[in-house]
Amino acid sequence: MTKNNAKAYWKENIRYVLILLTIWFLVSYGAGILFKDELNKIKIAGFKLGFWFAQQGSMYVFVVLIFVYVRLMNKLDKKYGYDK
Amino acid sequence: MISSMMVLEGIGVQKWTYILVGLTFALYIGIAIWSRANSTKDFYVAGGGVSPWANGMATAADWMSAASFISMAGIISFAGYDGAVYLMGWTGGYVLLALLLAPYLRKFGKFTVPDFIGDRYYSKTARLVAVFCALLVSFTYVAGQMRGVGIVFSRFLEVNIDTGVIIGMFIVLFYAVLGGMKGITYTQVAQYCVLIFAFMVPAIFISIQMTGNPIPQLGFGSELADGSGTYLLDKLDGLSTQLGFEEYTEGSKSMIDVFAITLALMVGTAGLPHVIVRFFTVKRVRDARKSAGIALLLIVILYTTAPAVAVFARTNMIETVSNKPYEGVPDWFKKWETTGLIGFTDKNNDGRIQYVADVSKNELIVDRDIMVLANPEIAKLPNWVIALVAAGGLAAALSTAAGLLLVISASVSHDLIKKIINPKISEKGELVTARISAVGAVCVAGYFGINPPGFVAAVVALAFGLAAASFFPAIILGIFYKRMNKEGAIAGMIVGIVSMLLYMIKYKLGWFDETLPDKSEWWFGISPEGFGSVAMMLNFIVSISIMKFTPKPPKRVQNIVEKIRIPSGVGKAKRH
Repeated sequence: MTKNNAKAYWKENIRYVLILLTIWFLVSYGAGILFKDELNKIKIAGFKLGFWFAQQGSMYVFVVLIFVYVRLMNKLDKKYGYDK
Repeated sequence: MISSMMVLEGIGVQKWTYILVGLTFALYIGIAIWSRANSTKDFYVAGGGVSPWANGMATAADWMSAASFISMAGIISFAGYDGAVYLMGWTGGYVLLALLLAPYLRKFGKFTVPDFIGDRYYSKTARLVAVFCALLVSFTYVAGQMRGVGIVFSRFLEVNIDTGVIIGMFIVLFYAVLGGMKGITYTQVAQYCVLIFAFMVPAIFISIQMTGNPIPQLGFGSELADGSGTYLLDKLDGLSTQLGFEEYTEGSKSMIDVFAITLALMVGTAGLPHVIVRFFTVKRVRDARKSAGIALLLIVILYTTAPAVAVFARTNMIETVSNKPYEGVPDWFKKWETTGLIGFTDKNNDGRIQYVADVSKNELIVDRDIMVLANPEIAKLPNWVIALVAAGGLAAALSTAAGLLLVISASVSHDLIKKIINPKISEKGELVTARISAVGAVCVAGYFGINPPGFVAAVVALAFGLAAASFFPAIILGIFYKRMNKEGAIAGMIVGIVSMLLYMIKYKLGWFDETLPDKSEWWFGISPEGFGSVAMMLNFIVSISIMKFTPKPPKRVQNIVEKIRIPSGVGKAKRH
C-alpha cells in the first residue's frame, strides 16, 4: 500500500516538473533566444519584446515557477500524507 | 541640520570608504563570534536547522560574487543583447535546483556532494572522482574571488593589491575557521543586505536622473527625462550604430552559441557544489524548495537591475566622452586613467576622444569593471554612495570566497580523510581537521590571489562548464533513474570532465597549438564557455550506454533512491 502511495506521488510530481520545465524552456530559450527576432518586432514601451524576455521577463518567470512548484508540492505532500 | 549636512558633504570618498568598510567588517566578525561551530554538523551544514529565509539570503550572497557585483553590468554594457546569457544562465539554474535537485539532496541528508555520489553509486572510486571535480571547480572559482577582494581594496583604499588580498584572507580565515558553515551562513545574511543596498542605491539615483522613473527595471524601457520623447533604448541603439557598433538590443554572437552558453551556465549553476551544499542546511524538504525560491527572488533583484545599469552607464559614458575635447573631460576620467582602467591615445591628434568600433581609429579603451565602480562618479552622486559601492563589492567577494572555502575544507576533512583515509577519526578530530584544511585552503587561495596564473580569469567562467559536465548528470540520474549504476556514472563523469578540459585547453588556452585556434574551428560554432552543454550531453550518453551493459545497482541502493523521493522523515535538525 505505502509502495503504491509512493509511486502515485512520484508520478504526479514528475508531471508537475515536466509542465513547469516546459514553461521554463519556452520563456528563456524560446522567447529570449530562438524566437527573439520575431518577438523583437513587437514593442512595449521602449522594450523590444524578445530583448525584454532575454534580459528581464525570463527571470521574473523563473521566480514565479519555483513558488508555484512550492505550493503544488506542499499540497501534494499533504494529499499523500508526507507532510509530517 | 544644515551644518551637519555640510559636514557630511565635506567628508571625502576615502574617509567614507574607511568608515563603511570598517563598520561592515566589524559586523561580520561580531556575527562570527556569536555563531561559533561546536560540532562537525555545525561546521559542515550549520546544524541543518537554518530557516528558509536566512538560507535564501545566505545562498544569494554566496552566489553573487565579485563578478556579479562588479563585472556583470559592465560586461552587459559592452555586449548588449548577448549579455542575456549571463542573466538567464545564472538565474535559470535555480529552477533546475528547486525542481530537480535540492529537495532530494536535502532528504538524502548528508554533508557534501561527494557524499551523495559516493553513497548513491556505492563506490569509493565514484566518491574520489567527485572529490576531484569538487576541488577543481572550487579552486578555479575561489582564486578569482581573492583577486577580486584585492582589486576592490586597492582601488578604494589605495593599498596595493597584495596587501588587499592578505587583509581579505585574514577576515575570511577568521569567520570561516571559527564558524564553519554556521558562521558563514549568518555573515552571508548580513553581506546580502550590504551588497544589495550598495547595488540598488546608485541604480535608483541614476534611473531617476536619466528617465525620471525610480524603478531601474522600468526606467531603462522609458522615455528620456530630457523631454525629447525618445526612448532610452532607441537612443542607445542609435548611438551604437552611429559609432559603428552592433545595435545594442541585437548583439553579435551566433544563436547556437547563445543557446549553448546559456544552457552550460544554467546547468553548471545547478551543479556547483558550493550552491548545492546550501540546501543541506535547512530543516525540512519543503524548506529546501522554498529557500531555493527565496534565494532566486533575492538574486533576481540584482540581476534585473544589472541590465538597466548597463544601459544607463553605456549611454552616459558615450555622451560624456564621445568626440569631446580631451582637455575638458571630467575629474573621474582622469582619476580612473591613473589606475589604467581607462586609456586614451590621440591617434589623429585632434585633441578629441574618438570612441568607435573600428579598432584602427578607436582612441579610447575602457575596462568593463568601470561601469559599476565609476558609475556613481560619472552620474555625480554623493561621496557616501561611491564608498558604499566599495563595501558592497567586498561583501560580494568575501561571501562567495567563504562559501567556496568551506566546500574545499569539507572535501578534504570529510570526503577524503573521514570517508576514505581514516574512518575511525573522532568527531572532535574531524572538526580540528576541518579547521586545519580551511586554513590550508585560504592560504592556497591567497597565494593564487597574489600570484594569479595568467589563465585564472579565463578559467573561472569555465568552472560552470566543469560542473555541468561532471556533477549535474550524475546527480540527476542518481535521483530520477533507479537503474543507473556505478559503472555508468563513473564513466560518464570522467568522459564529461575530460572532454570539457580538453576543449578548454585547446580552444581557450591554446596549449595544443602554436597560436589560439580561430573561432571558425569551434565544434558546431560553440565557444569554450558554451561547451559545457555538449560535455554534459556526452556524460548523459556515456552513462546510459555503459549502464545498459553492466549489472543493476544492489537492492540496498535502489531503496535509497525510493526513500529520497519521499519528502517525509528527514533526519533531526539542530535548533539555533
